[in-house]
Formats: sequence, structure tokens, C-alpha cells
Amino acid sequence: MLIAILVLILLALIIGLVLGFSSIKFKVKGDPIVEKIDAILPQTQCGQCSYPGCKPYAKAIASGEADINQCPPGGEDGVKALAELMGVEYKPLDESHGITKPKSVAFIDEDTCIGCTLCIQACPVDAILGAAKQMHTIIEKECTGCELCLPPCPVDCITMEVIEENAENWKWKYPVYSLSKKTAKVQ
Amino acid sequence: MKIIENIFKFNGGVKAQTRKSISTKVGIQKIGIPKYLKIPLRQHIGNLPKLKVKEGDVVLKGQLIAEADGSVSAAIHAPTSGKIKSIEKILLPHPSGLPDYGVIIESDMKDKWIKKIPINWAKIGVEATIKALQNSGIVGLGGAAFPSHLKMGSKATKINTLIVNAAECEPYITCDDMVMRERSEDLINGIELVESLLGAKNTIIGIEDNKPEALSQLQFHTKSHKNISIKVVPTIYPSGDAKRLIFLINGIKIPKGKRSSEYGIQMFNVATIIAIYRYISFGEPSLSRITTISGNITKPQNYEVLFGTPLKALINQSGGQKIKNDNFIMGGPMMGFKLPSIDVPVTKAMNCVLGAEPEMIEDKKEPLPCIRCAKCAEACPVSLQPQELYWFSKSDQFEKAQEYKLFDCIECGCCSYVCPSNIPLVQFYRYAKSELISEFRAQEEADVARERNEFRIMRLERERQERAERNAKRRAQSSKEEKSKLIDEKRAAISAAMDRIKEYEKKK
Amino acid sequence: MLENYLLIMVSTVLVNNIVLTKILGLCPFMGVSKKLETSISMSAATAFVLTIGSMTSWAINHYLLEPNNLVYLRTLTFIVVIAAVVQFTEMLMQKHFPVLYKMLGIFLPLITTNCAVLGIPLLNAQASYGLVESAFFGFGGAIGFSFVLILFASTRERLEGADVPEAFKGSAIAMITAALMSLAFMGFIGLDR
Repeated sequence: MLIAILVLILLALIIGLVLGFSSIKFKVKGDPIVEKIDAILPQTQCGQCSYPGCKPYAKAIASGEADINQCPPGGEDGVKALAELMGVEYKPLDESHGITKPKSVAFIDEDTCIGCTLCIQACPVDAILGAAKQMHTIIEKECTGCELCLPPCPVDCITMEVIEENAENWKWKYPVYSLSKKTAKVQ
Repeated sequence: MKIIENIFKFNGGVKAQTRKSISTKVGIQKIGIPKYLKIPLRQHIGNLPKLKVKEGDVVLKGQLIAEADGSVSAAIHAPTSGKIKSIEKILLPHPSGLPDYGVIIESDMKDKWIKKIPINWAKIGVEATIKALQNSGIVGLGGAAFPSHLKMGSKATKINTLIVNAAECEPYITCDDMVMRERSEDLINGIELVESLLGAKNTIIGIEDNKPEALSQLQFHTKSHKNISIKVVPTIYPSGDAKRLIFLINGIKIPKGKRSSEYGIQMFNVATIIAIYRYISFGEPSLSRITTISGNITKPQNYEVLFGTPLKALINQSGGQKIKNDNFIMGGPMMGFKLPSIDVPVTKAMNCVLGAEPEMIEDKKEPLPCIRCAKCAEACPVSLQPQELYWFSKSDQFEKAQEYKLFDCIECGCCSYVCPSNIPLVQFYRYAKSELISEFRAQEEADVARERNEFRIMRLERERQERAERNAKRRAQSSKEEKSKLIDEKRAAISAAMDRIKEYEKKK
Repeated sequence: MLENYLLIMVSTVLVNNIVLTKILGLCPFMGVSKKLETSISMSAATAFVLTIGSMTSWAINHYLLEPNNLVYLRTLTFIVVIAAVVQFTEMLMQKHFPVLYKMLGIFLPLITTNCAVLGIPLLNAQASYGLVESAFFGFGGAIGFSFVLILFASTRERLEGADVPEAFKGSAIAMITAALMSLAFMGFIGLDR
């Protein structure tokens, strides 16, 4: 009986030593997973996840502080990709953070704009061009559609315009074909 | 001139019925100038050209109406003289059926040329000539519509061999065949010109063995040319694909991601060579092309058509469809697509229009489940595994499809052609490809946004620091003297105020 | 001698396959077989743990338990030893393969309680193999496990694209596939002379 206890204690001691030593030796500094998460996020920098940008949200996910379903612009596909990366179960988008909208860009009605520069300060990607008391305009290519410029505008001259399908961004559709009764039977 | 006998056969391919003879009975005819020409700005691969005219302008034939924007772009010229009626969105001959910007010209029926300025290339040098070519509006007329000047100006690599693509392997299409029969003199002059612009030493014309008339014309005209040889390749679709033709001729396999120019080879289509010749020697920009109209058509033949001519004019001239089904295909039966509307203009890429034969209409074919016979793998000229690609594209496993080299697929349609289950395989690949491309684009946009956001955060931080520094400096600068002066001033103000209060109280 | 080792290998990989014949280690078999990539890394991790685990367990059994007549402590000590090995692997992985670490997620600690990992050392002790034999047995078991797991993951990846009836989608079809694979592996019993 005594021997058994001694053996177990000895075993525990050895294992404890090895593990303790390797936990110091293999200590991980930083978290490379943040970059991976950040790469999946859509980079709209909209803050709908209640973090001030995509990178902070990525950090919050990595530290387990935030859930994976708080990014409406990333949509269901984004949540799926995050779930796969993090090795957790997929869960539907948390609608308290907003719903997925079609991709759009901001548009400034240049007749109404008074040149207050408030939207320029709000834009997370510096996609608004203008100066004090001068008309402002959006650099369409750089706009992420985050809507952060909407609330500060004192004259409500900014609207969101959905990017419509055109000859350049058009995609081939999934081939659909009708099956006749004969074929349906075979299937 | 010599004829090279030995050829290198590529894997796969199909021997389809060519059905070319139906449209070669009559020579090339011209289509009259229509009242209105709708000229889309997007007729080539690359950037939309910059508009140079406005509504109401009067233009002459050959006048520049849109200038190439950047190097991957091509200019657009007025195909005839007239007035710019409007600039608006018009329907394009594109599978999307979506409208895009275009210019509508109201023809004055005079067809008056602008002053043609030929280019003396020997005098201004090769480089300047290639630059000038950018404003010719010439794009690959085989159907790909890739701006031609880009293929000319590869300074980094030396071109030894010019290959002229005269294979024209798709069934029904005969526009190159007819061009060679009727304009082979222009073609040979063009070959000499392009050869010297490229600095190539020899030229090989690759032609399929189903064009004996064109071949004899070429043989006749190249008799005295030692550096031009002709290689007759067997009629196997897709021998006209650039990399396939190079292999057939030289036995060189161009690996994925490489250009033929890195191997000292450059390839042009016959019609493109003639267009380059006409531009440099006569100053005529790209204004028209030869288009085949064939298939289910009363009078199938080849027409020379101005760009912007309504397709309807072409259809009416050829007598319309034999069996009415209102389905038209742009391009050949293998690679072409169903036109969403016939209310479109003729463009630079429109080498052929087919009245759809009943068996070409997709809805009539009933796809059955894949039986894994692997006939498609045998037929694939790129040696891919079409059945695997189909499996992954069908179930939206795009990453997997990419692992199976989806982007090496040339969409030749051999797999769909041989499929005993009638599965529209290429449609699935196109779908998967465009999904992936839009994913890549989104990724690129996200990267730009990330970079800009990071820069903004850095900038704000920098500005904050600079402001703090400035404030600190200012504080340090204000000397003690100034400070005591300030204190005195304040004291004086306070005592003055106290005095006023006292006086006020006295008055009371 | 060599023949003996070869025999152990073949029998553990094919005839007495740990997953499909002994029905051990089903948790990762169903859980980590959705993607081929993850299954390969899981196999590698399990193979590592199994080989090292069976060797250390042999040493403890041989030098500590048997001389002291403590064979009844086998299960207990083996669990502790294997848990330690897994812990060690986990730390190693977190340091050098962080993506793999995240990808395996919960399944890495689960190796600890993986019955295959405990089963092999116990079977080893039962058969009273020597050190090299136990190593071969452990490695063979790991190869068998990896083999089946990778096969199954590839099959499941293909299943994604298949027209599976609505009621059978997901785990149901996976179970059926596993059952069919198990049936197929029964055929290897014929190898046994």
C-alpha cells in the first residue's frame, strides 16, 4: 500500500517536473491567430461588432472575449469561416449587432453638403475627400460601406447606395436546368 | 515557303462535325451603313476607354471617340461619319445581358473619312510604332479581344518566331478562312510587317487541314518568302487555342502562368494581322470586322460589318432563321454563349453569330447524373479532371476546385461535348470561376481597407503626438518674464474690478 | 524477429484495426473527419501520442509496476502518463504549429481520454510485449487509425457534393459510411491464414 502511494507520488513528481519545464520552454508569445481571424473579417471597419474596427474584434475573438457571430458585413459565410478556424460550432449571426446588408457605398449629395468635415473625421479608411467649407466627395473605390459617416452629418446629405450588378462585376449563375418527367423518374 | 510535315499531337480534343462549308459558298459581302450605330465602350479586355466626344459632336469616319485608358485598354473610333446622337447605356453582346456605356452615332450616310495618316514605322522606330498602335483600337479578332499592342511590346524577351493562328478550329466559323481566301496578299504583307516589328526571324502559319482553298492561296502568295512556312495541322478541336497550336507546331508546352513570349514565340490571329497592316500602312483604325453568320440561318455567309451595326441588320440581311426559335449564339457552338437579346450591336469580339440549331438550345438537352465514365478527362486538352471539377463546382467547394486547377481550364467545351449525360460542365466551371474571382476581388478590397485603416490609426497617433509636442514647446518657450507680466496684468484687472465694486457700493 | 514486427504491424493496421474492428477511438473518427486537412493533422498528433505513450507506458509497467506487484494500478498510471504526454504535445504544438493547434481545438485535449490511446498500452501490457514490440504495436495502431481516419475524411469530403436525401444528410450518412467501411475491413480477417 505504501509502495503504491510512493510510486504514484514519484510519478506525479516526474511528470510535474517535465511539464513545468516544457511550459517555460515552449511559452508562446503573442497570438498569431489574430492575423488569421483578421484576414477573414471583411475589413469594413464599421464597428457593428461593438469593437472599434476589425483588428480589435479579431483580438477579442482570439482572447475569447467576443463571440464569432457579431460581424454583420461578414455574413453567414464569415461566421462559418470563423467557426472553422476556431474549431467551434457554427452559430447564426447575432442580430443585435445588425443584419447583413447588400454591399453598398456612401454617396454625398454635393448640393446639400455644407463642408463641415465631420464625415471626413468619421471615415475609418479616409475615403472622403474635401476640406472645410468645401464640397466633400466619396472615393468610391475606397469606401467600405460602413455607414459611420451617416450619423455625424448635420444636413443628412449622405446616402448609402447599393452596388448594383453591372457588366464588370457580373457573375455566371449556377446552372439550372429543367428536368422532364422521364429524367426525374431516373433520378 | 515550305510546308512543315511533322506535328506534335496534344492530348484530348474532339473531332466535331465542322459544318464550315455552308457559309463559304459566297464571298465576303458588306453590310450597308445603318442609320444608327451603337458603339459600346467596353469591347475589349481591360479598362474602359476615356470618352473624347460629347453629344452633338460631328465625327468623321475613323475619328477617335474614346482613348485608351492605361496600357491594358484599347481606343474606339467612329466607324462612319455622322453626329453623336447620345451617350447612354446600351445592351452589350455579353452573357449578362446588362447594359453598359456606349456612344450612339447618327450616320450621315456620306461615310466621309478623316485624313488617314499612315505610320512610317521605319522612320519613327519600333517603339513609337507600338505606342501608336495603342490608338489603333486593334484587339485580338479571334474572339478574345485582348489589346494587340500589349502583345507587341514585350521588350524583356526576344521573339524569334511569329505564329499566325489560322487554325480556326470551332465548327461553323469561317471568317478567317474567307479572309485568307480573299485577302491573303494583305495577310502576307501584314506578316512581314509584324515580323519586323517583333524582331522575329521566321513565321509559321498554323492552318487546319479543312481549309484547302485558303491553304492554296497562302501557298501561292508565300512562294517567294523564305522565312514564312506553313504548317497544316489536323482538324481537331481546339487546335486554335494558343497553347495547343504552339504545341502542335513546335512541340513546346507552355507551362501554366507563363506566356509564349517567354519562349520566344508570339501568336496573332490572321484578321488581327491584317488590321495591324491596314492601320500602319494606310492609317485605317479598327472600324469593322468580318463576321460569320451561320447555323440555323437561311443564307449563311460572311459579312464585313462596321462595329456598332445592329445585329438585327446582319440577321435580316442573311434572311433570318430557317426554323424560328429566336435563339442566337455569339461565338462558336463550343465556346459561345446564348445572346440574351438580339438588340445588340456588332463588336470587335463578335467573330460569329449562330442561329441556334434546335439541338444547341440547352433547355432541350436533358442532363442526367454523372456516371463517372471519365470521357471528359480523355477529351480535356489541358489534361484536367473535368469530372472532379464538376463535382466540386456543383457543390460550391471552390477551394477544392481550385486545387484541381480550375483556372487552367480554357472553357473549350470538349468535356460538355463528349458528356454522355449531357451535363453542361463548362457552365459549372464558369460559375465556379466567377464566384472565385469575386471572392478574390473582395479579398483585395479588404486588404486595401485594412491598409488604409491601419494608416489612418497611425496618422491619428502621429498627429496627436505632434500636437502634444507643439504644446510642450510653446509652454517651454513662454519665458518667466512673460509669465510675471501676465500675472501683473491679471492683478491689475482684479484690482480695477475691486475698485469698481467699491465705487458702486459708495454710490449706493 | 523482423518477421514478428512486420506481423504486428500488419495485424494492427489491417486485421485488428483499432477503429473499425476494435471500435476504439470513435470520437475523433466522427468528429475530426469533416476536412481532409484536419484529419491528417489529427492523425499525426495521435500517431505521435500513441507511439510515445505506449513506449512510456511500457517502461512504467515494466520497471515500476511489475517489480512492485502494482499491476492493479495499471489503468490509473497509464491515464496519468498519457495525459502528461498529451499535455506535452499540446504545448509543443501551440509553440510550433499554432494554426494546427487552433484547428484541432478541443480534439487535442480529447486525445487524453481517447480510448484508442489508452487501449493500445493496455493491450500491450496484456500481450506482454517488449519495448520494441510495444513501440511497433503503438505505431501500427496509430497507422491504422490514421489510415482509416484519412480514408473516411476523404469520403466525407466527397459526400459534401453528393445528392444525399434530406433525412440522411450530415451525421446519418457519415455513420452509414463508417459502417460500410467497417464491413469492408472485416474482409481483412481473411489475411489471418
